[in-house]
Amino acid sequence: MTLFDDYLLLLLAVVTALGAVFVRDLFSGVLTLAAYSFFLALLWAGLGAVDVAFTEAVVGAGLSTLFFLVALYLTSHQEEVRKQLPVRIMALGGLGILGFLLLFGSVDLPVVGDPKSLPSKHVSSHYLRKSLEETDTPNVVTAVLADYRGFDTLGETTVIFTAGIACWMLLRRRDDSAT
Amino acid sequence: MFTSYHFFFLILTILILVYMYRVFQGPTVYDRILGLNGISTKAILLLTILGSLYGRIEMFVDIALGYAMLNIIGGLAVGKYLEQKGTREC
Repeated sequence: MTLFDDYLLLLLAVVTALGAVFVRDLFSGVLTLAAYSFFLALLWAGLGAVDVAFTEAVVGAGLSTLFFLVALYLTSHQEEVRKQLPVRIMALGGLGILGFLLLFGSVDLPVVGDPKSLPSKHVSSHYLRKSLEETDTPNVVTAVLADYRGFDTLGETTVIFTAGIACWMLLRRRDDSAT
Repeated sequence: MFTSYHFFFLILTILILVYMYRVFQGPTVYDRILGLNGISTKAILLLTILGSLYGRIEMFVDIALGYAMLNIIGGLAVGKYLEQKGTREC
């Protein structure tokens, strides 16, 4: 990954994110958020995390856009401006503190691809060397998720399946459930 | 090293910014939808260029195809929304 593409994609992601926040019409906000998800997924793909990129594209650009559109369909698409200055100031301060903490924590993170970092020393080298012959899966991330952490992934799949059933029950038509 | 791939990357980024102006400023909702569609196609092109840069074009083409299908689904959803809700107030 050259820094050049990184910066261009980051620029696009930041511009779309700011646009999604500042645009007045909520419908346009939803569309801009979908574009933002696309660029975030491109960024993941650029960093080599193709699975994460695909999940971001499906969930961020596809599914959440659909959910936002359903929510807009059930409500109104005009933003209701309320004069709640204390809440806004509190939100601004809270977000500032959160951003500062995140940046503060990111100082300790190892450089991407650093062979001396702690995560690279533990089991990663074993996965990278042996995953193909042990699991017959060409993608290391898929091998880790589906084979080495199979039980973990099974639990996650159960949670997502349950959440999907709950969403389906919430979003189905009311007159069907009246009987 | 600045290859031709980087050049195309830069050009596509500038094109996306032009489309983005239309998405933000578009007077009607159709301008915004068309702008977003253009952005999505450019994002797919960016993805294939990214794949060429990393030398893993076969995998990135798969992802690009997935993006294209998602784009169609999103466009259909927006069209359905506008059909149901009407476009007068947009």
